[in-house]
Amino acid sequence: MKIINIGMNHKTASVDLRECLATDPDNAKKALTSMREIKCIKEGLFLSTCNRVESLFTTDTAGEAKASMIALMSRLGNIPEKGLLAASYTLEDIDAVTHIFRIASSLDSMVVGEPQILGQIKEAYTQAIRQNTSGVILNRLMHRAFHVAKRVRTETGICEAAVSISYAAVELAKKIFHVLHDKEALLIGAGEMAELAARHLIAHGIGSMLVANRTFDRAARVARQFDAGLVSFEEIGAQLLTVDIVITSTASPGFVITYDQVKGSLRKRHNRPIFFIDIAVPRDVQPEVNKLDNVYVYDIDDLKGIVELNVAQRRQEAIKAERIVQEEGAKFERWLKTLSVVPTIVSLREKAESIIQCQLKRSNSALGQLTQAQRDAVLTLTRSVAEKVLNDPILFLKERADRPAIDRYLDLTRRLFSLDREDDGRA
Amino acid sequence: MASLWFDLALFSDLLATGGFVVYLIKQDRRVFRYSYWILFCGFIFHTIFLGYRYYTLGAVPVLDLKSALSFFSWSVICVYLVFQLKSRLMVLGSFVAPFAAFLMIISSAMPWKYGPVSQDFKSIWLTLHVCTIFIGNGLFAIAFLAAIMYLIQEYQIKNKRFGSFYSRLPSLATLDGINYYSLIYGFPFLTVGIFAGSIYAQYLHHTYWQWDPKEVWSLITWLFYAALIHERIAVGWRGRRAAIMSIVCFCILIFTFIGASLWLGGYHSFSNLNAQKALL
Repeated sequence: MKIINIGMNHKTASVDLRECLATDPDNAKKALTSMREIKCIKEGLFLSTCNRVESLFTTDTAGEAKASMIALMSRLGNIPEKGLLAASYTLEDIDAVTHIFRIASSLDSMVVGEPQILGQIKEAYTQAIRQNTSGVILNRLMHRAFHVAKRVRTETGICEAAVSISYAAVELAKKIFHVLHDKEALLIGAGEMAELAARHLIAHGIGSMLVANRTFDRAARVARQFDAGLVSFEEIGAQLLTVDIVITSTASPGFVITYDQVKGSLRKRHNRPIFFIDIAVPRDVQPEVNKLDNVYVYDIDDLKGIVELNVAQRRQEAIKAERIVQEEGAKFERWLKTLSVVPTIVSLREKAESIIQCQLKRSNSALGQLTQAQRDAVLTLTRSVAEKVLNDPILFLKERADRPAIDRYLDLTRRLFSLDREDDGRA
Repeated sequence: MASLWFDLALFSDLLATGGFVVYLIKQDRRVFRYSYWILFCGFIFHTIFLGYRYYTLGAVPVLDLKSALSFFSWSVICVYLVFQLKSRLMVLGSFVAPFAAFLMIISSAMPWKYGPVSQDFKSIWLTLHVCTIFIGNGLFAIAFLAAIMYLIQEYQIKNKRFGSFYSRLPSLATLDGINYYSLIYGFPFLTVGIFAGSIYAQYLHHTYWQWDPKEVWSLITWLFYAALIHERIAVGWRGRRAAIMSIVCFCILIFTFIGASLWLGGYHSFSNLNAQKALL
């Protein structure tokens, strides 16, 4: 039995190739249905996002299964097989396992540490369950993958630091204000980046938002989009008395917010902190404003600096995460090996023997008066009882050793007798 | 007997401090939890020690600098433990525990003083006076530590230099809030403490106020804190300026606590507290 992964990602395939498979949202379902029909594929899972396509399956006849999977993918995406082969990778067994672990922990993502991929994998797994293509091995594998992702998230700082400018701005706002739900943001000018920052603020629960723009139409459009209030450009000075976060991105050649203007408003706003995010080039906020107490000004270069630092930090954390992936991969491999008949029978017998020894030790005081011969008789008796009890399950497993459902029986046996307890169980 | 409990408390404080420092570096919640419980055990030991001393002396054990410092350390930890229940701000412990342990180390370095205590000190008013003032001091110590944390964090955000403390310290609003609430709650304790003291003085010396150096410095401390709180509430001081001011206030408080008692004489000074005992 082999676990095989055929896939392509943002590193191996160009976007137009990935698009072919990702555009149709029903593709995953279609792929799973076809996989179920291919005889040599026992279990299957299909993941398709804008950055990657992965097909994961288990099989006994690797060569045949790979060929039919490639054929299936090329048919699905209307890609010639040759092009697909050149842009894709094929991983087997432990490599396929660690690959899935790395994807789930977002180590293989374009932006390392981005959280969406885990949700996408979970969705793909749900699909596979619904289509009934996931079995004992993939179930275990996917649950381990979610477990690994969780470990990576909590044990490393890989998801901690913001790696986009607008998100870095939101993080800063939280470091200043702690919560945003009672804060008001003012958006001056409406560039693409400013809108992105505004969207992030809304996603993080900003209380309310105002929009000011020189051309009223555009302001109205942006305001509608964010469900925000509308103010005219001349009102900005008055708004400085109440708002907490100001995002500026106008094309104005001079400063829109000046030192004197902010200084004058501070006492009236009872020194409540105010945070300027200046995304415009040339800058909209006079740099000296940052010198005022309780006022924080970040321009685009400051934010870029933070992002660069964070990207470097994530790279550091990724090394730690890779170690976790390797560790868990090895654990999974150990479990896979137990999924054959002989090791399971051996561990069943071992378990029985350890119970016998343990119970005998416990009854030691009661058996104290027995002679050695009598003791041996007791041991033989208990062993033969255990033997008889285990005989049927062992026969059952042996008889079915060659059937396709044997994995399920083995898994069930291991669970019934909790033979994997020391191996920290399922996620 | 008493010294055993004192040593246990000292040991726990030091151990907890070590744990909190490790927590600050490693950011491992388990380390925090262990340290917190160790600190809590130390607090229990310390409470037993103080209770025992109170029982044997018949008066609050603050009559020499050694005891006063240990009592101060106890009240800081007491306030912190209550605070922790409310705020769940884990990093605070990494600042409070070293401070409390530092007080305990100085205290432990001083010699024990035994001997009978003047009947004058066995008054409920003295107990009230001392306890309220020390709880106030504990709260001001938290305000002081929060102010230091605020200044560190503010420096990083303002100057855009993000050191290792940036992610470990909470938001500016949180730190400013801790500072604010510690001040707001600490001030009434200080006020009640001063009143209780003056009632006690009336009962003992038949005068409410006699311009003893420590009284004067207490008044100065009280006025500084009053000014700070007024500025915070009425004018809207906050952030950096309020943090600096609460550090200044705390320095004055420490001077009143130690300096005035050691060098300026008067009936509050430790030498005179013990001299009265000798008069017995």
